[in-house]
Amino acid sequence: MTIDIRNIRKTFGDFVALDNVDLTIASGELLALLGPSGCGKTTLLRIVAGLERPDSGQVLFSGQDATHTHVSERQVGFVFQHYALFRHMTVFDNVAFGLSVKSRKERPSKEEIRERVMKLLKLVQLDWLADAYPSQLSGGQRQRIALARSLAVEPKVLLLDEPFGALDAKVRKDLRRWLRDLHDEIHITSVFVTHDQEEALEVSDRVVVMDHGHIEQVGRPDDIYESPATPFVTQFLGDVNLFHGRVDGGSLTIGDYAHSLGQQHAGQSDDAVAYVRPHDLDVSRVADGALAAGTVEHIHAVGPVVRIELAQIGSGETIEAALTKERYRELGLMLGDTVYVTPKKVAVFLKDQAQQDYVI
Amino acid sequence: MSSANHTLTTEAPWVRRALIAVALAFVTLFLLIPLIAVFWEALAKGWELYLAALIEPEAWSAIKLTLLTAAIAVPLNVVFGVAAAWAIARFEFRGKSLFTTLIDLPFSVSPVVAGLMYMLLFGAQGWLGPWLAEHDIKLMFAVPGIVLATVFVTFPFVARELIPLMQAQGQDEEQAAMVLGASGWQTFWKVTIPNIKWGLLYGVILTNARAMGEFGAVSVVSGHIRGETNTIPLHVEILYNEYNFVGAFACASILALLALVTLLVKTLIEWRIARQREGAKERTLEARLAPVSTH
Amino acid sequence: MSLLNRQHSVLPGFGLSFGISVVWLSLIVLLPFAALVLMSTKLGWSAFIATVGAERVIASLKLSFGASAIAALINAVFGFLLAWVLVRYPFPGKRFIDALIDLPFALPTAVAGIALTTLYAPNGWIGQYLAPLGLKVAFTPLGIVIALVFIGLPFVVRTVQPVLEDLEKELEEAATCLGASRGQIFRRVIFPAALPALITGTTMAFARATGEFGSVIFIAGNIPLVSEIAPLIIISKLDQYDYLGATAVAVVMLGLSFVLLFAINAIQWWAARRHGGGR
Repeated sequence: MTIDIRNIRKTFGDFVALDNVDLTIASGELLALLGPSGCGKTTLLRIVAGLERPDSGQVLFSGQDATHTHVSERQVGFVFQHYALFRHMTVFDNVAFGLSVKSRKERPSKEEIRERVMKLLKLVQLDWLADAYPSQLSGGQRQRIALARSLAVEPKVLLLDEPFGALDAKVRKDLRRWLRDLHDEIHITSVFVTHDQEEALEVSDRVVVMDHGHIEQVGRPDDIYESPATPFVTQFLGDVNLFHGRVDGGSLTIGDYAHSLGQQHAGQSDDAVAYVRPHDLDVSRVADGALAAGTVEHIHAVGPVVRIELAQIGSGETIEAALTKERYRELGLMLGDTVYVTPKKVAVFLKDQAQQDYVI
Repeated sequence: MSSANHTLTTEAPWVRRALIAVALAFVTLFLLIPLIAVFWEALAKGWELYLAALIEPEAWSAIKLTLLTAAIAVPLNVVFGVAAAWAIARFEFRGKSLFTTLIDLPFSVSPVVAGLMYMLLFGAQGWLGPWLAEHDIKLMFAVPGIVLATVFVTFPFVARELIPLMQAQGQDEEQAAMVLGASGWQTFWKVTIPNIKWGLLYGVILTNARAMGEFGAVSVVSGHIRGETNTIPLHVEILYNEYNFVGAFACASILALLALVTLLVKTLIEWRIARQREGAKERTLEARLAPVSTH
Repeated sequence: MSLLNRQHSVLPGFGLSFGISVVWLSLIVLLPFAALVLMSTKLGWSAFIATVGAERVIASLKLSFGASAIAALINAVFGFLLAWVLVRYPFPGKRFIDALIDLPFALPTAVAGIALTTLYAPNGWIGQYLAPLGLKVAFTPLGIVIALVFIGLPFVVRTVQPVLEDLEKELEEAATCLGASRGQIFRRVIFPAALPALITGTTMAFARATGEFGSVIFIAGNIPLVSEIAPLIIISKLDQYDYLGATAVAVVMLGLSFVLLFAINAIQWWAARRHGGGR
């Protein structure tokens, strides 16, 4: 089932949670809504579920307007961050709940319910816990039961609100992979909310990055990572170094250093920001094509990557570069050395125009 | 937050209104009207008779005895309550749950049975009665008996308020004070007491309300000697049984006023605690949102 | 204090605080209990049966426990309703009503007793409307029930209220997403979650009601075999210097209230075991 979100606006008092958001979710895809807390992602998810009503705009399920359909009739599966399992019911009764509240006409027989619940419990690999109470389960197990419960009513869409947010790092990683596998198995249109960019990039088919009630960028995980559309996305997706400078005639000037951006960059601005990720920054002893010069302040050589912290000459700002062990040995860096940094890849944003280019 | 939000997890407006109406009717019938009736009946014959009923010598001596009883019973139970809460909430020892259960015991005993137990202990035909008579000590049908019975029925109030509060607060702050070199008493006065002051006050007003209003237990041990061993509640009973309704309700109105003050103080303390908690919640929320808004 | 097997703690004052509390507990609570136990050992088995088995005593025990049970059930229904309304619905005067719920805790029982009697007497504010209907409230068992409803109400409201407050909204949202109607959510999600608290509160109201004296004696009329409650039997036996007889009745009442206390603890233990741990 496809979902069309059209011009959704939602305010809480003076706070604008969603500012005219448009989005189309393709049938069968696994979509991540990514953003910092307060960006509106959870509100958007709850509006799709029908748990929240938008101030204006529409939600269409398979082209049909569902904006005013009550939650209980939308056929959505919703998984809550804190599981929201019914404490006084066993795991079995929790999963069976959605089936057992159906009207007598639609309700499957006892045996059918039993069969379906056990099948779902097998799917989440917890059939041996059918008679346990939620309080006897670990966090990861509870989340899997919550998922099984939402799938029992055969929803057309599966919505997950920070599904792994309350779990510890290791369980979170396992469950992530497991969710991906599960989705590949049942292919239900799924949307999940997260503030963890690694999670969004690893699990989903497409990522929607949000901030302040706007959608900043929509795209495949590698697109988003490789070509972030805005400064916000660039910063949100991981560590990044900032260089302020001037763009003119296809070259970027930062202080005394000029760096060629190549032909395609036609823009011109006195106020440009260049973003370079630490692993896209090479350190060298020659000034050719450099962005800046700096003094080596710290060297963290633990693990396969060596992280170098430089103090930029002039501004004194910290520049972070990530080198391979080999490159580090080759350079023979020592604390206090003055070196030059050259970008392998840079994203440049001009202040007045929302224009950007890449140099590789 | 928003009105649309409510529609999901609440009932239809007419259901809501009907439930509120039933609830309000019940409260009005069972709580509000009896409260109003006390003052109404007290003032039924005018202010002059009302005041006259209060300054009449027997009423006045009942008021004094009630105040005296509360003035002795409340501090005693505060000291006990704080000591018991300190021992239970700050230490692990064998028999702790038995100890806690025993503290609650007076709650599960009928006040009349409580009075009876003191009669069996100190009364003329009681266990220690002959010994007390020999030494010319009179506890029953005298002021000490009234105080003892009052202490018994109000025994658990302070401890009950403080134990869960102190357990929830934990002892990190006290340990920090000790590490910084404070003595045990300094820690107690400067760290523990400020932390539990509202709970303690709460316990004190509950103890006081019950101490001034106790009827059953005091009735058994008092002997109903007019002008001597009558507390306000006992005096109310006597006047009522003599069909002196204005007098009875005038004395009752003092107790009702006390109850209203108790409720008011209790509500204020609860608001205070709730405000403190909300303030803390808001601060953490702000701290969480702050880095986001800098983007 | 090695006897108590106390674990080491850096905080001082265990000896002092434990000492004070144990001495005070012994003097005020344990000693009187010992007196009661001592007196009851002087009671022969047959004398005990004869006292407790007397028609008047049996009638009073039945009345005390019967009226308390009815009052507790009424409180269970209206206490739950009040807790629900106070937690769920906004309405003007809510804070006032919320504070008023504790009135029975704060108002001396004798005051409640004379106020209720005056209201429900045949010529009282409320009684005058009930009398023509043939409903006599004051000086009948019905009046006792009214007084006990008054006394027990806050127990139910104050136990159920926090549980309803803590009930996560997400549980209801989850149930709604799964297609449950409002009625189904109440029956199958909300009510079962609040049930242990409701049972606890009702049992507490019941236990308190069985021993209640001050608010009842005025409205009861105290007619032997009809509206005479068990605590009053104890008092009248005491007035006749029948200490043994009073003790016998007190032992029965205490025994029954300990059973209740045990029941409350069992319910709480059962609820904690089942719903214990995190969410």
